[in-house]
Amino acid sequence: MIATAGLAALWFAAALAVLQLFSGFLALRQPDNPLTPVVRPLAMAQAGLVAFAFLCLIIVFVQTDLSVALVAANSHSAKPMLYKVAGAWGNHEGSMLLWVTIMALAGGFVALLEKRLPEPTLLATLGSQAFVSLGFYAFLLLASNPFARLDPVPAEGNGLNPLLQDPGLAFHPPTLYVGYVGLSVAFSFAVGALLTREVSPNFARAMRPWVLGAWIFLTLGITAGSYWAYYELGWGGWWFWDPVENASLMPWLAATALLHSVSVLASRNALRAWTVMLGVVAFAMSMVGTFLVRSGVLTSVHAFAVDPTKGTFILALLAINIGAAFVIFALRAGTVSEGQRFAIVSRESALVFNNVMLSAVLGIVLLGTLYPLVAEAMGAQVSVGPPYFNPATAVFVVPMLVVMGIGPLLRWRRDKLGRIKHFLVLPALVLAGVAIWLSLRGVHLMPLLGIALGTMLLMVALVPLKGRRLRTVTLPLWGMVVAHFGIGVALLGIACDSAFSTEKLVAARVGETVSVGPWLIRLGRIEPITGPNWTALEATLNASYGGGSTSELKPQARSFWTPVQQTNESAILTRWNGQLYTVLGEEAEDGRWQLRLWWKPFVTLIWLGGALVALGGALALLGRVLSDLRRFIAIDKIAYRRQQQGRL
Amino acid sequence: MKRAVILAALLAAAPLLADSNMPAAAYANVQLEDPAQEVKAEALMESLRCLQCQGQSIADSDAQIAGDLRNQVRLRIKAGEDPEAIRAWLIDKYGDYVSYAPRVTGLTWPLFAAPFALLALAALLLRRRFTRSAV
Repeated sequence: MIATAGLAALWFAAALAVLQLFSGFLALRQPDNPLTPVVRPLAMAQAGLVAFAFLCLIIVFVQTDLSVALVAANSHSAKPMLYKVAGAWGNHEGSMLLWVTIMALAGGFVALLEKRLPEPTLLATLGSQAFVSLGFYAFLLLASNPFARLDPVPAEGNGLNPLLQDPGLAFHPPTLYVGYVGLSVAFSFAVGALLTREVSPNFARAMRPWVLGAWIFLTLGITAGSYWAYYELGWGGWWFWDPVENASLMPWLAATALLHSVSVLASRNALRAWTVMLGVVAFAMSMVGTFLVRSGVLTSVHAFAVDPTKGTFILALLAINIGAAFVIFALRAGTVSEGQRFAIVSRESALVFNNVMLSAVLGIVLLGTLYPLVAEAMGAQVSVGPPYFNPATAVFVVPMLVVMGIGPLLRWRRDKLGRIKHFLVLPALVLAGVAIWLSLRGVHLMPLLGIALGTMLLMVALVPLKGRRLRTVTLPLWGMVVAHFGIGVALLGIACDSAFSTEKLVAARVGETVSVGPWLIRLGRIEPITGPNWTALEATLNASYGGGSTSELKPQARSFWTPVQQTNESAILTRWNGQLYTVLGEEAEDGRWQLRLWWKPFVTLIWLGGALVALGGALALLGRVLSDLRRFIAIDKIAYRRQQQGRL
Repeated sequence: MKRAVILAALLAAAPLLADSNMPAAAYANVQLEDPAQEVKAEALMESLRCLQCQGQSIADSDAQIAGDLRNQVRLRIKAGEDPEAIRAWLIDKYGDYVSYAPRVTGLTWPLFAAPFALLALAALLLRRRFTRSAV
């Protein structure tokens, strides 16, 4: 019953999207046709219907309605409630429904709130939004119906992949999807602006909150995903250059470039064509990411949805959307001028430089991720991993970080390096000092460079606040400072982890004490325990830092039974200066237990930095939204006064 | 490594992995006595791919074949062999797939040309931008 209602709502929504597409573009030709006023309400109604469909899916998962094929395949009546709900999007069909839900809600919001753009541009934007979402409706309704039924109804469901039964992972995919879909809105804005030739600062201001929002969620998603891989997989690493990680990194790189170029367009009316181009590229990367993860074309630890036929559909959608956008771009780019000019030494050119560097990194990551697939198609098997990605991206990242430090100190349009010289003396000295000190301690080149650059960035990031009264600093400026500071913090964490981590593999008897870094760790006992859908062996470790007071860690080796799978639950102890990371391995024949122990100084800075970057984005977004609101209220007041005067 | 026990058992029975059914190898989960050698071995192990579980390096994998490879790597490092020589030997034995560091071959040269091509492209873009837009 509920499943049927959800499916019906989805079909209705798709029908409304057809109408929205048609009427949105018709308004470009005949602005006065009777359908023009319904475009906005259509977008809002569509949002309501899809949200209802998604709610239906969650309800059937909560009820464990096994007549729905998706529930039977991915859920189980004994599963904890959180994972029943999260199970609704922890699979292929559900996650595609989540995608269209977020997309329709975003479209509804644009229709409801956006008042700054010229009306034809907005209608064209909603039209292209409908075009993109129609592709996904077709995909859902024709190729991967989340509400498909089973007859006969099975007695019990299959359960959810144990790796995904983790609170972090319940919210990780939705976070990334919000980011991807936010970029789809930016894409629609870009297409709308191209169609009506309205690439203006106002267009940039309308698009900016969506880019910022998408970027915040992508940043959070990547940071959280990295921490999840770190503690859940039990390998102590935080980034593996796994294709699925790259799939989320690529849209982030494009969105970062877009975010900065959109700011230049909004405040300086420069970089018009480049901004529109990046808007298209950013969404293309979102779709490439979705394709890589959802198609099962990669066989990696992350790719849990394996279904090649569906991949072809996403690839076709990607080709149609991006192909159409590039055709429009090619036709219209000639009429979009680059806008205001600027000198080589100026804030604009620092931003352009970093935009180009980010695009180059994006190129490397895209190539390195797709190359094994291309090679496989040609009949050869190659692996592309950290030994390739680290140096190839560093070539572009290192100059980019230096320019990131200097850029915000420069003035718009034209400046002299001599003016900012004195801000840079101290950071440069610190950079050199740290580098020399570390090289004396025998630290390798890349970590050394990372620590020195990171320390420098922490100082330089704060310089824009210098000489200002902190209370008068605007929120967007705070946002920039915090985000750039966060990059420095993350860089320090990354470099410290690779320079100072120590690992210890031991087979220990119960009662034995082993050491790793400054820690003494005693294996207290090993005992079996049971969870809701697993059993485990749990070790009790008593760890003492430098001979001080002891704390307990309890790493587990778990066995799930629906489906059958073994996982290691690492136990982590966090101190201000790093993390102790412990994993329980197998029992050896002589009764000793295999332990894998790491001491990772300052590793937490990686995710703290990521969180700061997202916080910076949030501050900037808040600042922009507040000033927009103030403007709307002022406009409303003026309109009201005029009305009153008219009456008198 | 996280994978179904059954699948692991099936794969372990494959002929390719026949030599991995022996008892746990000496240095699979035991570090080398010389810390400098162990650092070398770890760096190498992190850039070698587990043949059974695809998305992991042999340093991270719990698969038996990964343990055997770790043992081999550590023994050879201990015997004073050069890490790149060990990598070459493994590529010889198992193919390019085993190494996360691609070699420059007729097939992979675009990977290595790409950073230079992108550098040139970036330089060109920036140059064009600024020669045109001198204020």
